Amino acid sequence: MEEHFQHLYQALSHVDGYIYPNEIDLHWGLMIVLYPYITGLVAGAFILASLERVFNVKVLKPTYGLALLTALAFLLVATLPLVSHLQHPLRSYEIFMTPNPTSAMAIFGFVYLWYLMVVLLLEIWFDYRLDFVIWSKKSTGFKKYFYKIITLGINDTDEKSAKLDDKLGYFITVLGIPSAFLLHGYVGFIFGSIKANPWWSSVLMPVIFLFSAMVSGIALVMVIYMVVSWVRKVKIEMPVLDTIARYLLYILIIDFTLESLDQVHRIYEAEESFDIIKVLVGGKLNITLIYMQVLLGTIIPLFTIGFFQVYKPSEKIRKTCYFLVGIMVLIGIFFMRWNVVIGGQLFSKSLSGFTSFNAVYSGLEGYFMAAVWLILPLLILAFLLWLMPPWKKVSFQG
Amino acid sequence: MGTEKIKENRRKFFKSSVALLGGTLLYSLLKPFELIAQNKEGAVKEDKANDTLWGMGVDIETCIGCGKCAEACKVENNVPKEPFYFRTWVEQYTVKNNGKVKIESPNGGIGGLKQSVPDKDIFKSFMVPKLCNHCTNAPCVQACPVGATFISPDGVVLVDATYCIGCSYCIQACPYGARFMNPVTKVADKCTFCYHRITKGLKPACVEVCPTNARIFGNLRDRKSNLVKFLQKKQTEVLKPHLNTHPKVFYNGLSSEVK
Repeated sequence: MEEHFQHLYQALSHVDGYIYPNEIDLHWGLMIVLYPYITGLVAGAFILASLERVFNVKVLKPTYGLALLTALAFLLVATLPLVSHLQHPLRSYEIFMTPNPTSAMAIFGFVYLWYLMVVLLLEIWFDYRLDFVIWSKKSTGFKKYFYKIITLGINDTDEKSAKLDDKLGYFITVLGIPSAFLLHGYVGFIFGSIKANPWWSSVLMPVIFLFSAMVSGIALVMVIYMVVSWVRKVKIEMPVLDTIARYLLYILIIDFTLESLDQVHRIYEAEESFDIIKVLVGGKLNITLIYMQVLLGTIIPLFTIGFFQVYKPSEKIRKTCYFLVGIMVLIGIFFMRWNVVIGGQLFSKSLSGFTSFNAVYSGLEGYFMAAVWLILPLLILAFLLWLMPPWKKVSFQG
Repeated sequence: MGTEKIKENRRKFFKSSVALLGGTLLYSLLKPFELIAQNKEGAVKEDKANDTLWGMGVDIETCIGCGKCAEACKVENNVPKEPFYFRTWVEQYTVKNNGKVKIESPNGGIGGLKQSVPDKDIFKSFMVPKLCNHCTNAPCVQACPVGATFISPDGVVLVDATYCIGCSYCIQACPYGARFMNPVTKVADKCTFCYHRITKGLKPACVEVCPTNARIFGNLRDRKSNLVKFLQKKQTEVLKPHLNTHPKVFYNGLSSEVK
């Protein structure tokens, strides 16, 4: 606690203007930046998978299973930074037991469970059931037992059963698209519905969160597809990359338009809070917003992929650019979450001053822990890819 | 294996899944009605006009910024003494001749507020005591995911410290900065109008110690209370009325500079 007080005394000496005395401490730190970031990656990756399936974008087939497993790996971790940030994590189950129906946050547990249990797990199960049956006969040891158990005793392998799996999987995917929209639009609502905070309170917030989620998820699957192909030493299919990049471009345009609209609206209306927001954007958020989010995460990727639509350089150059663009978008969206969560707490609700964010390395709220929450899903993904490699699947559809 | 067998297998699987899901859903749908069922019909219809509804008046014209209220509050309610945790505090507003407004509240005003602007530069100066506004439409109550913060039947916004999960969402939702995360109990903390005192017929600590009677506490439904008289005689205002929170803390002499 002493250490915490020291941080606060330090922040107190850096207060700029007037803030309410209870506002020196930022109540939501890095963990709450990660929460919408990771949830967004899940929603985005899932929507990319759904594109292939529902809209029958055949060229994206190699990324379908990969996107689903990526979504699952990140979804499994999504709640951990949230729970670890709670002051009483052991009471977190109360959100399920006695949810407050008027609370935007209370419903998250249910949306999350619906998405994990009903949508993602079911879809993956229908997609893999036949393979589990076949693999359970071929494998040995742990894998054999895992496959056996996970078939849930449904061991049919004929074409009709596969078709049924496919039909039901399709149905779940159709159900999954609005669910993914709900999952992330809803995360945006958690912030957008706080009328006390003019930086958050915006009707566009859920839509912006949704589209930025799609942007980050698509970029993530693109990068993971390239990395996995390199590791497996198989050729990266350029039509796959070009198509993903094109989708990334479209969604990025929508996302950028929406965010610009939000800002233009603020600037034009110039309400009471505008003066302080102007200082916030020009000062404390200058680097993370203008340079990281807008320039690195949006403008450069937009122009790069946009340019490739009119002129296609060699595959090698395109591949490198796509990889870099993917990373830049991922960094950009991370800072978008940062700017929302941290930015919204830097200025006082008295609209008369600023506090500062004290970055720490150690502890549950520190950078190291944040790195753990970002690396853990990648390890889970690696495990899932080892356990149920999408490229080894049998397909009746050919 | 024929199609029939597959269908049967699937049917079983779906039946049990649907039953499980439906059961859970039905239970959570019916749960809220439990309370209605428990309520005696008469209790709901009871006339509320005679019930107590606590509120506070703050007279900016009489506050001298001694900070005794903030100090008494910390002592009475065991609020950590560090200058980051306040259930109530006093702000000093100084409007300068050049139109600029300086707002200060070092250590919440504890120890007395001192003017840092030279007299010749001052256009006007006044003190504004702040506390939880015990809003009728409390955004913090709306936001709490587990219902740990609630409005008592006599209108006081309280936190159930044994129930709060410490998510800080209520702190984000409060437009007045009236809440903080207590570093000792690790739950959201705020002014309770000294609920432990007022339910015994005593005044809140801040009201008790105020040397100039700048804080007037009372029952908003009691026409004879000092608070209702204060509201009758003075032109009172609430903080941030545009947010539609309907505070039960009313200010006399509120200047437009006050945020």
